[in-house]
Amino acid sequence: MSQKEPGWKELPIGGVIEKAGNAEKYETGSWRTNRPILDKSKCSSCLLCWIFCPDSSIIVKDGKVVGIDLEHCKGCGICAHECPLKDKAITMQLESECELP
Amino acid sequence: MKVVGLTGNDAVAEAMRQIDPDVCAAYPITPQTELMEKFAQFVSDGLVKTELVLAESEHSAMSACIGASAAGARVMTATSANGLALMWEMLYIAASLRCPIVMSVVNRALSGPINIHCDHSDSMGARDAGWIHLFSENSQEAYDNTVQAVRIAENHDVFSPVMVTLDGFIISHTLERVEILDDAQVKKFVGEFVPRYPLLDTKNPITWGPLDFHDFYFEHKRGQIEALVKAHGIVQSVGKEYEALSGRHFDYFEPYRMEDAEIAVVALGSAAGTARGVVDELREKGRRVGLIKFRVFRPFPRKEIAQALKSLKALAVMDRSYSFGAYGGPVFAEIRSACYGTGLNIPVVNYIYGLGGRDTTFEEIRRLYEEMEEVASSGKRPEEIRFLNVRE
Repeated sequence: MSQKEPGWKELPIGGVIEKAGNAEKYETGSWRTNRPILDKSKCSSCLLCWIFCPDSSIIVKDGKVVGIDLEHCKGCGICAHECPLKDKAITMQLESECELP
Repeated sequence: MKVVGLTGNDAVAEAMRQIDPDVCAAYPITPQTELMEKFAQFVSDGLVKTELVLAESEHSAMSACIGASAAGARVMTATSANGLALMWEMLYIAASLRCPIVMSVVNRALSGPINIHCDHSDSMGARDAGWIHLFSENSQEAYDNTVQAVRIAENHDVFSPVMVTLDGFIISHTLERVEILDDAQVKKFVGEFVPRYPLLDTKNPITWGPLDFHDFYFEHKRGQIEALVKAHGIVQSVGKEYEALSGRHFDYFEPYRMEDAEIAVVALGSAAGTARGVVDELREKGRRVGLIKFRVFRPFPRKEIAQALKSLKALAVMDRSYSFGAYGGPVFAEIRSACYGTGLNIPVVNYIYGLGGRDTTFEEIRRLYEEMEEVASSGKRPEEIRFLNVRE
């Protein structure tokens, strides 16, 4: 392992992390098979996707959906499923068919 | 101090009453013993402030203990046999999360075939889970070990769970003379629990039990190993402090009439009491025999035991469980390993005894000593794995 990481004598006991709110640092985007594709021109920013996303991966700015956090999105597709528009503003696309983020 | 007649179960429940833990989560049905029933009575009588959580399984009981310990509570529980087996997964988690839980284990055989009587297969199976293991010879020691266990577990260098074992039925259900310390003495001895990372400290929010992969798990395990290395010294210093309070001596093991002994037996639990009687009888006849009553099985006192054996001509190790497919029982394997590299090359014979609660009598242990005298005088490599009182 990298020598930059702390050795066992420096670590808190029991695997405790001495700060809360650290899940953000653990990137889970590589687990994804299907990527949500947001079409901003269709989106009405109803925020249903933001409510339902189990991973806080819908990025909202000033009340508008502005993008998807692909470093954490696991590709579950709930956002696309919940999008109430007939012509969905979020659709799922196979990662292998997507351009690199 | 007062002298009372108590069973092993009563004695541990009494220690728990005096310790008055914050939380006790336990399974209330078989294989749970009267120990917890007695303690539950103390709770319902208002003699303790403990929050008693009666869980739907032993797995849940230990899970609740871990949660309470993480919250910052002093936690105790008790189990036995298959109940301990059902806790298995959580035993490792309690130890790795460094929860200083104290648990009584009433040693009883693991099924199957179905059996509820004494042997050490339950706690011996959990010997690698990261818990400290203290064995008790009688009700008195079960009481004394329970009080000391709190201090050992909660020492900030150790911060690991402790199992205090007592032989099922032979100790747990036998009424014996027990010296009980005053409530105030126990309260002072155990002191206030000072948690290291209490989850209820909302001003300092932390994360417990996160994912721990190849980049950190190994370091955390290395730290956990160190906890039991540190426990080695702490068990002894707590023992000395408790001796000053109780007048009873505590160490990793107790050498009995070992001064000039040529033959010795290592025993743990109630069999040590029987072997003590045999040693007295044989000593009266001028035979140079002794006993090592083991108390601390984890952390294993490797150097001390090898030193204690150095003048012997032959040693028998009694195991009340077997490690299937291994060469001998767990105590035998540890002791033989401890001797390696110390220059000690005496015959060591493993006697497997008492599985499933089979009685181990005075006569059988006398025969064991006599066989060991033959081993010592023959000079030949003996048959090393023997079974005491099993039908061929």
